[in-house]
Amino acid sequence: MQEYVLSVKVANNEGVLLRVSSLFSRRCFNIKSLNAAETEVPEISRLTIVVAGDLRVLEQIKNQLMKLHDVKEVKILTDAVCREHVIVRAGRSVEDRRGIVEVANLFRAKSVDIAEDSIMLELTGKPEKIDSFISLLKPFGIVKMVRSGISALERD
Amino acid sequence: MKLSGSDIIVECLLEQGADTIFGYPGGAVLNIYDSLYKYSDKIKHVITCHEQGACHAADGYARSTGRTGIVLATSGPGATNLVTGIATAYMDSIPLVAITGNVSCGLLGLDSFQEVDITGITMPITKHNFIVKSVDELADTIRLAFQIAMSGRKGPVLVDVPKDITQAFAEYTPAPAQKPIEAAPLSEDEITAAAELIANAKKPYIYAGGGVIASEASAELKKLAELTDAPVSCSLMGQGAYDETDRRYIGMLGMHGTVKAAYALNNCDLFIGIGTRFSDRVTGDTSVFGKQAKIIHIDIDPAEFNKNIDVDVTVAGDVKAVLSALNAKIAQQSHPEWCEEVLGGDFGEPVQEGTKELPVTPEAVIEELDRLTSGEAIITTEVGQTQMWAAQYYKCRNPRSFISSGGLGTMGYGLGAALGAKTGNPDKTVVNMAGDGSFAMNLNELISAAAHGINIIEIVMNNNVLGMVRQWQRLFYSKHFSETTLDARHIDYVKLGEAFGVKTFVIEKTEDITPVLTEALSISKSAPVMIEVRIDRDINVLPMIPAGKPVVNPITSIDLEA
Repeated sequence: MQEYVLSVKVANNEGVLLRVSSLFSRRCFNIKSLNAAETEVPEISRLTIVVAGDLRVLEQIKNQLMKLHDVKEVKILTDAVCREHVIVRAGRSVEDRRGIVEVANLFRAKSVDIAEDSIMLELTGKPEKIDSFISLLKPFGIVKMVRSGISALERD
Repeated sequence: MKLSGSDIIVECLLEQGADTIFGYPGGAVLNIYDSLYKYSDKIKHVITCHEQGACHAADGYARSTGRTGIVLATSGPGATNLVTGIATAYMDSIPLVAITGNVSCGLLGLDSFQEVDITGITMPITKHNFIVKSVDELADTIRLAFQIAMSGRKGPVLVDVPKDITQAFAEYTPAPAQKPIEAAPLSEDEITAAAELIANAKKPYIYAGGGVIASEASAELKKLAELTDAPVSCSLMGQGAYDETDRRYIGMLGMHGTVKAAYALNNCDLFIGIGTRFSDRVTGDTSVFGKQAKIIHIDIDPAEFNKNIDVDVTVAGDVKAVLSALNAKIAQQSHPEWCEEVLGGDFGEPVQEGTKELPVTPEAVIEELDRLTSGEAIITTEVGQTQMWAAQYYKCRNPRSFISSGGLGTMGYGLGAALGAKTGNPDKTVVNMAGDGSFAMNLNELISAAAHGINIIEIVMNNNVLGMVRQWQRLFYSKHFSETTLDARHIDYVKLGEAFGVKTFVIEKTEDITPVLTEALSISKSAPVMIEVRIDRDINVLPMIPAGKPVVNPITSIDLEA
């Protein structure tokens, strides 16, 4: 199944996230990630939703979303800047530290919290970059991790 | 002018031209009922026996008049009792504004007495809903609710109003009635593409749904049928969109459609679906539906395109506007051979038969009702066999005269809907067609009919079984009639009706049909009336296409001995 990135502008009303996410669940559309926050206009939020499906499903999602009163615009992004943020704590012992720092340097990740046997790192980048960053950290043991999901803005 | 929230609500309803609302009082709406008391000369309130009945009544009022229905209920159970009614309206795209009370803002979220998150509950079954947390936003919210309900593809909107908001005061400035949001302009390309397919078709077939009624496009549909020279079917929701006595009309299409309609579907080269969502009850197996034909799909809701079936040409827009534009683009077509093949053909449509003990058939009763009312009555229905028989045998001449829960299939819908239809159309005969199963679900509303002098006719086809389920059990569950035989119920309908103040008749013999119907029609000019029709429990709804099977060669007889 192909993945697509949708950029959805919504009125920042009570329950809007629930309206959008419940539409996906009741129509059996598959959300891979969903990212929501205010735009430059406080009354408007932008959701970046990564969905899996074929073109037919994509068209359905777009049309169904447009029926929600709070949804103002739905764009299927093709040429866009897509970024994701990750915070990850890795490492099991002091011996792991050097390797972890090497990986961090390679990706220009920032260390944000250092404990005795593990390091917390943060990194922003393309989703693929985040994927490979995580896979290189895996051998050191990932203690915990949070990914933001993709946020994206189309190029002009 | 400073008004209380509850006065503002009523003023806003009056702004919309509301003359009637349906509802049921309770703690959280005490202020609103106090305002209704004050405004009782300007707006009529009809109290039902249960909020569900009120919601169906508002829905029946909307379907029969074309105006937005209004229902009012209290918080908690009052609000949850609306849920089935709202879902019914949502599935059939019926404009409805539901107003619910809630506990005061300070008590929200604390599991307060009779508190329920009704906006959360109704999110999937409304076009939109609101909870009003500031009295200053109340008027505009009510107005917006009406606008959303009636714009585009119509549907229900709920406004939840906490009690303190109805008590608080705000500046009220009158505003004109809301108008629907204007639809996006039609696409010239889509119209042209549709017109080209019609010009090239040799065997066109028109299939009309509820969208034709919602958009008041019956005249345009008739014109299209003439220009295209095509046979016409209507869906259950489309009943009455096209005059069923017209020579081009060939009956419903789908699970209980005619054999003729199935033939037209499978032999046409162009299928024109108008104001329809291609329900699974119509399409059966979608992988073969209309495969030999090109398909045009005209609908106001683009989300319906290629949702259930893939089509060749889509035309988005209000059906009336689309058909007007399309009719202007097509020259008179002529398909005498195709029309003769379909309209003139004998396809062996089934005929109902009674038994020696119970000779009366629903077909005979409904056809006689059709004759006595010249097809001009408003028919509401419950759900199941009787619903299908009403659709099959009553020949609706006009839109908004067949009122039935198509999408949700709500047993217990019809009686409430009949109350609403009669309230909105006091001069018309309104008949609710019920089976004994559906009747027992919401028979309480007979009390409302008698109490308010809402002079409907309730016809109960009594076979002492849940007939539609029984029919499926016979065909697909080895005749295991699990929990569908109601013999343990010993209802004396005459006594029941009379206890409620509703004169009740029984039809048991064929010769009873005409005199009883005639008398009931006469009584219904001044009082509600009920008729129990005793029928055999093994009269099935035919033709029939089993669910999910191709709409080809419908079953036209069922061997009861098999």
